[in-house]
Parts: sequence; C-alpha cells; structure tokens
Amino acid sequence: MASIKFTLNGKPQTVDAVPEMPLLWVLRDTLNMTGTKFGCGIAMCGACTVHIDGDAVRSCITQIKNVAGKTITTIEGLSVDGSHPVQQAWVEQDVPQCGYCQSGQIMSAASLLSKKTQPTDSDIDEAMRGNICRCGTYGHIRSAIHRAADLKGGKA
Amino acid sequence: MTSISKVNRRDFFKTTTAGAAGLMLGFALPEKNLLQAQFPTPPVFKPSAFIHISKDETVTFIIPKAEMGQGPLTSLSQILAEELDVDWAKVRTQFAPVDPALYGFQGVVGSMSIRTLYTPLRQVGAKGRAMLVEAAAQQWGVPAAQLRTENGFVINLSNNVKLSYGSLSEAADKLPIPASAPLKDPKQFKLIGKSVKRVDSRAKSTGRQNFGIDVKRPGMVYAVLARCPVFGGKVGSFDASKTKAVPGVKDVVQISNGVAVIADSTWSAMQGRKVLDVKWDEGPNANQSTAAITRMFSELVAKPADKIARKEGDATTALASAGTKMEAVYEAPFQSHAPMEPMNCTAHVRADGCDVWAPTQMQTPSRDLAAQVSGLRPEQVEIHSQFMGGGFGRRGTVDYVAEVVEIAKAVKVPVKLTWSREDDMQHDFYRPAAMVKFAASLDTSGMPAAMEVKVATPPFGFARNGLPGTAVAGLDDIEYKIPNLLVAYQGGEAGIPVTYWRAPGASQNTFFMESFIDELAAAAKKDPLEYRRAMLKDSPRLLAALNLAAEKANWGKAPAGRFQGIGLINNIGSYTAMIAEVSVTSGKLKLHKLTCAIDCGQVVNPLILQQQVEGGAVYGLTAALKGAITIEKGRAVQSNFHEYDMLRITEMPVIETHIVPSSAAPGGGGEASTPPVAPAIANAIFAATGKRLRKLPIRDADLA
Repeated sequence: MASIKFTLNGKPQTVDAVPEMPLLWVLRDTLNMTGTKFGCGIAMCGACTVHIDGDAVRSCITQIKNVAGKTITTIEGLSVDGSHPVQQAWVEQDVPQCGYCQSGQIMSAASLLSKKTQPTDSDIDEAMRGNICRCGTYGHIRSAIHRAADLKGGKA
Repeated sequence: MTSISKVNRRDFFKTTTAGAAGLMLGFALPEKNLLQAQFPTPPVFKPSAFIHISKDETVTFIIPKAEMGQGPLTSLSQILAEELDVDWAKVRTQFAPVDPALYGFQGVVGSMSIRTLYTPLRQVGAKGRAMLVEAAAQQWGVPAAQLRTENGFVINLSNNVKLSYGSLSEAADKLPIPASAPLKDPKQFKLIGKSVKRVDSRAKSTGRQNFGIDVKRPGMVYAVLARCPVFGGKVGSFDASKTKAVPGVKDVVQISNGVAVIADSTWSAMQGRKVLDVKWDEGPNANQSTAAITRMFSELVAKPADKIARKEGDATTALASAGTKMEAVYEAPFQSHAPMEPMNCTAHVRADGCDVWAPTQMQTPSRDLAAQVSGLRPEQVEIHSQFMGGGFGRRGTVDYVAEVVEIAKAVKVPVKLTWSREDDMQHDFYRPAAMVKFAASLDTSGMPAAMEVKVATPPFGFARNGLPGTAVAGLDDIEYKIPNLLVAYQGGEAGIPVTYWRAPGASQNTFFMESFIDELAAAAKKDPLEYRRAMLKDSPRLLAALNLAAEKANWGKAPAGRFQGIGLINNIGSYTAMIAEVSVTSGKLKLHKLTCAIDCGQVVNPLILQQQVEGGAVYGLTAALKGAITIEKGRAVQSNFHEYDMLRITEMPVIETHIVPSSAAPGGGGEASTPPVAPAIANAIFAATGKRLRKLPIRDADLA
C-alpha cells in the first residue's frame, strides 16, 4: 500500500492503495465515485474516460501511482450542477439511451472542446473514435458536440 | 400482464410502503437522480399499484418494466399521465417491486412494454382521474359530470373553481376503484404521440445515474468468478494458495459455475483470480469448433426438409417442374451482445430473506431463480431493479443472478459480482450461428413460383409448431406472397450457449431472406423495389413502409457513384423498410445513409422511437460489418473489443427515420430496424459491384 496525493475535482485527495491499482477502481471502489464506468479494462471502449491535467485519459489502464501530484477531473467534477455546455447539450438533444457510456463520451467531448472551440466533423471523429456506444447514439453525440460548441461560444 | 383492473389497493400497501412511510417529509427533490429518490411525502392516493399522488402534488408512477435504454420510464409514464391528466413536470418514476399478483410477469423482451401496457395503463390512468373527479364532486356537492380536469386540477365548469389533485388525494384514496372509466379521444392527446423529453437524460449526462454495477451496500465485498473456458465444463480441482496471498483478497469459494474470489475491491478480486490455479473438467464440448459447426450445418441443410415451420402449396413438386431455378447457401456467425455494462449483480442472503440488486431484463424469473438458489421462498426475495447499461437480450438470461446468490449464501454479507469484459464476451449466450439453404424457381414473369428454405441453427427461443419458432423467425413469417413455400428447421445443436439477441432469429434470417429475394429479382432482371412491391399487394402496411422508405431515399436516383439496396421486415407488431446507400471504391465500402420507414401503429414518443430505430440499426450494422465470435477447442476465441470491435462514430452513417402515421394498436420499436440493415447493405453492394455476399460479417476483402 502507498499513500498517493493528487487533486480530484478541485480538491486535494489522498488515497491509500496498492500502487498498481488503476485509477478507475480507486475512484469506483475506494472513493465511491461511480460516475466513471468500467467497460473493457484495456482502453478500448472509453467508458472510463477522465481528465488528467486537462487531457482525456482512460482511467482503467492508469495506475494510481502515476497520478501522484496530478489534477484529475471526473464526470462528477465537470460541473456541480450539470451546467457544462457539453452536459447542457446532451440533455437538450436527448443523447443518452442506456446512458452507461455517456460519462466517458462527455469527458472526451469536453476535452475536445477545451482544445478546439469549433470542432469539425473530422475533429469529432478523431476525438470520439475511442468511445464505444452500443445503443448507437453517435448521430446525437455528433450534433450535441456542435451544439455544445455553440453554447460555449455564447450562442443561445 | 394479468388483469390490472383487479388490482387491490391494499395489496400495494402490503408489498411496498414499508420503506416509504414517513420518509423525508418536506424533502425538496433536487433535479438529480429522480428515479432513486424516495417519495418526497408519504403516498396517500393509490388508484392502483401504478400511481401515487402526494399532498405536495408530486405524482409518482410505479413502472413494472426494466430500463435498459429503451425508455419505458418515460413512455409508460406518458401513457399514465395522459389519462390521469397531470402536470408532466410533477411526474416522478420508480421501478416496481416484483409482485406477480400486482404486475403479472415482469420482464422486458420482444419489444413488449408499450405493446402490452398501452391500453391497460390508459385504463389505470383514467380510473385514477375518475376517482379524483368523484372526490371533488363529493366535496363540492355537485355532479361529477359538471367537472373537468386539467394539468393536475379538477375544475368546476360552472364557476371555474379548482381543486388540486394533491389536495384531493386523501379523499380520493377512500373511494372504491370504478369498474371502468372513459378513455380520452386520441384527438385530445397532449402527451401520447409527443416527443416528451426522457426523464433520465439529465442523470445520465451528469454521472449521477447509478447502474447495477454501481451498487454499494454496507459491509459489501467484491467478487469475480473463474468459469470454465470451455462451454459446459466444470471445476475439477483448484489451488487458491497464491490467490489468498494477494493483497485485499478475503476468501475463495467454489460454486456450481466456478470458483469465486472475494476481495475488498473489484480490482483485488481480479488480481486474485489471475493467480488462481484451477484444473477444469472440460466436458463434452472440448473439441468443438466453428469449422466443425459449419460442417454440421452444411450436412443438415443438404438433407431433405425436416421439421416443417410453414407450408404453402407444394414447393417440392413445383421446384422439380418449373423453369429458372435458383439455389444459394447463406451463413452468419455467433455474435456477442456486448452491452457496455458487463454482467454484474449484488446480493445479500440471510436466513430469513434475500435482497438482490439486479440489472435484469427478467425481473420475475430473477426472483424465482434467487429463491431456488438461496433455498428461500419467492416472497422472501426482494428484487431491486437496477438501471441496465444495455441489455439487447443478454440480460434476459440471468445466470449472473444465480451466481451471485450462491456466492452470497456462502459469504453471508452483501456481495457484488462483477464480470470482466472478457467474462462477458467469452461466457455470453450468443446470437446463434446459422446456415440457410434456399431453392427457388421463377415463373414465366420472373416471380417466385416456389421457394424452399432449410435452416440449420442451434435450437432456441419460443416453441412454435413443434419446433423452435425463434430459430425460423424472419423466414416462416414473411409477408411475400409465394404460391409454393416450404420453410423447414433442420436442427443444429452445437453445445454453445445461445439466446435472444436484439430481434432474435430475425436479425440473421432477414439477411438471408432479403438477400435471396434480391437474387431472384436480379435473375428476373427486375428492379428490386418493383419486385418486392409485386409480392406485397396483400400486405398494405409493409407495402406502405416500403413505399415511404423508397420515396424518402429517392430510390433509383442515388448520387453518382452511390448505390442502393433494400431490406424489410415485419416483426414485433411493426412493419419496417430500410434502404441503404453505399459506395465501393477500390474495394473499400463506405456506408453513406440508411433511410428507414416504420409503421409501428400508434406512437407514444417519436423521439424515443427515433432513438430505438437508430440504435437498432447501429446494432445491426456492427453485426453486419464488424466482428464474429468464433469457437476453437470449445471456447470463444474473441475476448475483448480489440478482437471483437464495435461500430464507432467514424463509421456512423446518416440515419433517417420516417414514421408511417397510424392509429393501429402499438407495435414494438426496439427490434424493428436491426434485421433489415445487413441485407440492405449487402444488396446495395451487389448493386455497386455485382458481388453477392452470402456470409456475414461483410469485410472489405469480400469486395476486392
């Protein structure tokens, strides 16, 4: 066991964990933050996506020892009230069906918009190709990302 | 569903109010996870087991169906709210407990939720409304006929004075449930037929929606299970000494289905399982393989027709005598369901009862199975229905419920069993592999005079005509008029677990049938659309769906370099046609657009229907274009998404959904668009390249 310190959703966090344990399971089982989902365990589906120092990262293959000193944002910390433009757009456009992959989808989309204010369809393809949705919400995801870009840019 | 009209109000109290009484009075319900919130005030008005109205005007609908993305919390609530005449903003929803006396059979299969509950729930809502009106009539001392309702109020027509449903709820609760109540004229509908926003969108966009895999109970431990990699095998012996040395591992227990590792986190349990030494007794399937199954299927379809699923005229004689003769053999592999949330379940078994937190499509069977495994009576088992991260038929088989209950019985504390993705993919109950041999003859005008269809596939699903009807779905129930038609089931047991997979049977059989119909049209040198139209003269609803799809897709007028293909299906009480538009450049397929037209009768929520049509199409696309589960040495070869990929956003075509206006009884929505996808694409590829693809999945290599 090791004591590891990092910043989680804007607050200092210390956890005692096996250093090799993936961040995903520390979040879910140790810290009871279950918004981040387990889908594959090998970074092939994107359900576990979080932000580490602003980048979209698969938490299922990120060992907890490697996040020491870093800044982590999960779906719970993206906004306190669901007001992030991506979340607003997701609700407005009724993106989720089963909803299981959507935390990861939203985190990938939010990371994209933090880097590109008006992403093209090919930017969206590039940023979102690692996130599987088995319910087939891709069309809604694409239009919601464009909508979120508009919301973020101040368009009503 | 057993008769809802016979529901006794007292039964509801007995079964569900124990935990709700006196809870959280004055609790302001935040706009978060509405579905898991308790009632804000104690329920006092229950015209049935489906409706609670609180004094603060909150209306809670108790939904007996499970939610896996298909939207019954929203759509079934719309039906109740419409007839009850409440303010939609005040509506909350909650899953019902499992109670056969109140709710009949509880499960979600066959796109049945709206089909079976549309009329019963309208009646429930209408009776509730009638009781509120009667309560107001008694309070004012006026005839009920002088009153009307609107948005949660009873209004006196003579003076426009209003009473809220909340203020009437206590008095209404004391009234008898009327034997019947008038239903609204559909012309007056304010909610049914409208794209009401889903009640779960916000929770699912903020990470606040809990799923089965997120359940946590006080004192809970975490389990994973080592299962025999060979289907049908079992534990021979095992050595857990290395496992028990892994930090966090608490226990190792053998159950019927394998060896469970119990730990203080999911990850520790997984680490413990990695070093678990199990000697498996691999059983009778240890040498099974895809090659052997294909050989078996080939032999079966070569035999004379065996069990007859449908017989029109005399296909055998007609085939021997007529002119142009066509033959073709089609194949499809096993497919995994691969819902994004791997299988999981949480249970706590005590001497006097058992709680199961189950993400399941089969609530009633889950309860009964948990009772059987725990040794308790069904009434002692409480199923807490959990949101599912997809189901698609997989969660209709509840092996994982039995597993966790057996583990919970051994460990005596709450335990959550989580399957890894590898567990999920390699211990699925798959869409069955199948092979079909067609023979047909054409009459002088090029139309089919006779068709013989022989199906080899593992037996599964509902029995019909003395054979597994699901195995021939999409073949023996076609609407095409063919004077001599024989559909036969040839067997095909392979020792590989199979079950329902979104549009069971039809999802692969429609690829076979609609592709072969296209072959016949090509042989007759006829337009595939006109060819189908000629055989659907007596099927107005399917014909109308086909015509609408053709019109919206601009059939025959695809942009230069693009080609079109048709697939259609009548299933789950709905009629669906799809037109795919593709291009093939240097042996590479690009799918541009799917145009879908559906007649599913009265639509409750067009938005959710559109989601289901798109989702069903994408599910069909993955099976048509991506992976296959193959078998070697009795086990599934593919283990995770790197070997069994899913359609991704980069490959997503434009999907248009067009609804045929209809006031017919509601059909299903969830499984309508899956079957026609693969044939529409394969037929479009034929139009583009002249290559007839008779085996799924379609690979670029097949086009070169």
